[in-house]
Amino acid sequence: MSAPAFDNKIIKWIDERIPLFTVLEHSTSSYPTPKNLNYWWNFGSLALFALVIMIMTGIVLAMNYTGHTSMAFDSVERIMRDVNYGWLLRYLHMNGASFFFICVYIHIFRGMYYGSYKAPREILWWIGLLIYLAMMATAFMGYVLPWGQMSFWGATVITNLFSAVPVVGDFIVTWLWGGFAVDNPTLNRFFSLHYLLPFVIFALVFLHLVALHTSKSSNPSGIEIKGPQDTIPFHPYYTIKDLFGVGVFMVVFLGFVFFAPNFFGEPDNYIPANPMVTPPHIVPEWYYLPFYAILRAIPDKLGGVIAMFGAILVLFALPWLDSSKVKSGRFRPVFKWFFWLFLADCVVLGWIGGKPAEGNYIPIGQAATAWYFFHLLVVLPLLGRLEKPLALPASISASVLKEKA
Amino acid sequence: MLRNVLIPAALAFGLASAPALASGGAHLDKQSWSWDGLFGAYDKAQMKRGFQIFHEVCSNCHGLKLVAYRNLKEIGLSEDEAKAVAGEREVKDGPNDEGEMFNRPGKLSDRYIPPFANDQAARVSNNGALPPDLSLITKARAGGPDYVYSLLMGFEDAPADYKLNDGMNYNKIFPGNQIGMAPQISDDLVTYADGTKATSHQLTMDVVAFLNWAAEPELDERKSMGLKTLIFLLVLTGLFYALKRKIWADVH
Repeated sequence: MSAPAFDNKIIKWIDERIPLFTVLEHSTSSYPTPKNLNYWWNFGSLALFALVIMIMTGIVLAMNYTGHTSMAFDSVERIMRDVNYGWLLRYLHMNGASFFFICVYIHIFRGMYYGSYKAPREILWWIGLLIYLAMMATAFMGYVLPWGQMSFWGATVITNLFSAVPVVGDFIVTWLWGGFAVDNPTLNRFFSLHYLLPFVIFALVFLHLVALHTSKSSNPSGIEIKGPQDTIPFHPYYTIKDLFGVGVFMVVFLGFVFFAPNFFGEPDNYIPANPMVTPPHIVPEWYYLPFYAILRAIPDKLGGVIAMFGAILVLFALPWLDSSKVKSGRFRPVFKWFFWLFLADCVVLGWIGGKPAEGNYIPIGQAATAWYFFHLLVVLPLLGRLEKPLALPASISASVLKEKA
Repeated sequence: MLRNVLIPAALAFGLASAPALASGGAHLDKQSWSWDGLFGAYDKAQMKRGFQIFHEVCSNCHGLKLVAYRNLKEIGLSEDEAKAVAGEREVKDGPNDEGEMFNRPGKLSDRYIPPFANDQAARVSNNGALPPDLSLITKARAGGPDYVYSLLMGFEDAPADYKLNDGMNYNKIFPGNQIGMAPQISDDLVTYADGTKATSHQLTMDVVAFLNWAAEPELDERKSMGLKTLIFLLVLTGLFYALKRKIWADVH
């Protein structure tokens, strides 16, 4: 890593003492990026953008929030009514959570379609999954803070899942709650952790980028970079492309913030928490629904909890479960169909997760759960061995020229 | 210990299965509201009329504790009118210099003083039912303002085979169809100062408009800021796109 020559004396002086500008130069202007990335590659930077929005709005919201069961709900309403632009901060934060998950889900499925998790990017994929797990924990605890009905009952249902652990289950639940029910100690620790975890996510994102810049970006052809003719510098090519993505993202995101701010929310959470009244229909936030469906698909409680956590943990083994030597779904004629089927299966799980567990919803949810695991554990290992992939282009550059022709 | 397992299991599997009741079985009677759509905004005259109904009728049983009297100026009450409304009820304050608590008339800075001292007092006066605080009612029910409109207009005679409990009223919208509140809306319930004809439909539209403002007082500011922001962003994004095309022109 040779230091670039800086003309500006001040920059040079700083850079000789702390190589800020060298690092910046290496990770932008001289960072080689495949020239053929499509717009699905925008969602990584968009997720980072969403994270920054969440942290910035969250810090200001925390200045005005009161973490006590008797005041939390009203303090949120005070933010909505009396804090200058408090409604804007809160709606940005509320909808920001949903849009963060939308970006991350697209980012994950993009990785699945193009085989981005395969060697040498297994650790990059793992760090991504850790980010996703940390996001789920953060979002769950954040949803508890307004102390509405869904906050309280969602927290009660989800924390109770841990009581399924044999022998020590009840002990764990009491430990999580800091008492014998979801109450003020629970709210306080959730607030503390909700403030802490985003910075853990930020650190993980940093590691994600370090791993990315070591293995370099994957690309739609799935072929590794072979020489300078395959790449363009990240800056200005991808900085402007990502900025354009941010513009489109902001139009959609702020469209919801300003014109349908409660679209992703539950009306019940505008009712203050009441431990004596159970809402008729307890549903988690939409981004948990597929896992909620898997939890409910198994008639045994412990089995359901294992299946739910297993559904995420199994993804850590994805680089080895997928036995195909070819990375990109573009050149895998059979995998392509199974990929879309798997995506549809996840959507079905999400739909079932939002429905009551009754009637036809139960067998549909069970079938979709079975397919989820069957796809990952059986289809992917077999497909790599049985499928005959299409001929790969000679290089990234060759694949681009072929498309243009 | 068993309860710890059973209660959440029941929540997840059993109780989560009653959405059909939530709408009381009848479809919501959808209305067209002045604040619908991208360009919608509150109608101040309507909210002032709605406030009159809330003040003369609803507020005898329902609280509005998130709205302060000073906020009433936003819907067109003058400072004196708002002060007069605030002064109609007394609130406990203190202690004073003698260490005594005392009652004083409400001030502009007070939140709307609730009709009952506590939930128990409210239940005793209402046949055991608790009239909910209405500050967020249009945000706290699926269907929002359409739900509240339909509920207020949804009273009818119970079907012959329906067992109605003592003191309860049949409502086709309310979950379970039994509601503690008696029908409130009727033609000429109040006399409007602005001469608007006080039909049941008009009264209900007006009071729901007021309640929607109570729940979302930021709506007008939000929508006008939203329009400006989106126009700005569309131009900015267009520029980004043009710049992207230009920078990428030499890549192939």
